[in-house]
Amino acid sequence: MRGYHDIGGLPLGPIDRTQHDYALWEKRVDAMLVLLSNKKLITTDELRLGIETLGADAYERLSYYERWIASIARALVDRGVITTDELGRRMTDVSRRARESA
Amino acid sequence: MSPRFKPGDAVTVRRAYPPGHLRTPHFIRGKAGMVERLCGNFPNPEELAYGRNGLPALPLYRVRFVQRQVWPDYAGAPGDTVDIEIYEHWLEPAAGETSHA
Amino acid sequence: MHDDHPHSHDHRPDQDRPLSDHQLMEIAVRELLIEKRILTADDVRRAVEAMDARSPALGAQVVARAWTDPAFKARLLANGTAACEELGIAMGPTKLVVVESTPEVHNLIVCTLCSCYPRMLLGLPPDWYKSRAYRARAVREPRAVLSEFGTELADDVTVRVHDSTADMRYLVLPLRPPGTDGWSEERLAGLVTRDSMVGVSVPQAA
Repeated sequence: MRGYHDIGGLPLGPIDRTQHDYALWEKRVDAMLVLLSNKKLITTDELRLGIETLGADAYERLSYYERWIASIARALVDRGVITTDELGRRMTDVSRRARESA
Repeated sequence: MSPRFKPGDAVTVRRAYPPGHLRTPHFIRGKAGMVERLCGNFPNPEELAYGRNGLPALPLYRVRFVQRQVWPDYAGAPGDTVDIEIYEHWLEPAAGETSHA
Repeated sequence: MHDDHPHSHDHRPDQDRPLSDHQLMEIAVRELLIEKRILTADDVRRAVEAMDARSPALGAQVVARAWTDPAFKARLLANGTAACEELGIAMGPTKLVVVESTPEVHNLIVCTLCSCYPRMLLGLPPDWYKSRAYRARAVREPRAVLSEFGTELADDVTVRVHDSTADMRYLVLPLRPPGTDGWSEERLAGLVTRDSMVGVSVPQAA
């Protein structure tokens, strides 16, 4: 049994050295992890476990901060800080606002 | 918790493959190395991952492994090493060695 | 309920396409945390600004000081966090271990399991450091990885890879290049690249 994230020693190929510019939303994800950690509302290991259990397909497909926000959201729901219902309603609301302001 | 090992001790990483959040990489399990230093006592990440406090804190060691003993086809120099931090519960005395309690 | 208007006014996407599910998630989580008074918008903004302010220049400053001040270097190698704080660098909860590269030993840092990195000194890690290829190969074939970065080491140099699996974060104190005697700290710091503090390259004077 081996986690799909546990890849030390696997025979992978050349290292891609291109660098993307961090989008503001990505920096905010990072910021929220730091702030929530400082407030003891999440630990780095909860973040990691969430990423390690997103599933191999999501691990491949999602970008670094997409994995982080998915894990943070899961941890907050798990701890009862937010509910799935609150999150879903707000995501729908944000999507509607974005369409209206476009 | 007083440390079981000290710098210079020969240790082996346990061969266990549970699910869950582990910080002992797959590639080093079952390998033999040498304790380079005791890093201190830290809460157990395997527990922290589930929102528990990870206490009592566990001794954490930096363990040095000779690359040629880790990878059968290692292509570098004989002295090349890999250092990994490993929590005490993953370590056993290397065969023929006794730990110093 | 909305009188303090926690909704961000910039839910317009960074790029010209609809918000992805994860961008929606980021905005939603942030707004909910602000409404529940767990965070403020200012907290988030300040944290982003603090992150933006961190760059490898901080690490380079530490390296240049260590190259010119042997007593500082000794303190840095004994307790990385405390030594960096001496220079006024905020380290937060980071437990920094500085590993010294010498003519005999070259150090290389990786986090095979995720992406642990000394962010307080170097800023955010580069994409390649977080890539699967780097994380997989740095422990197994470090010399091939170094070659890919244009770094060749003699066979009589020992390569020591550090896999940051736990609470420590690692910084390489690279070898000071020859031909830099008498240089000021500032000039020396200019030679120290992020890549040399991860260990994929070696500072050059030329």
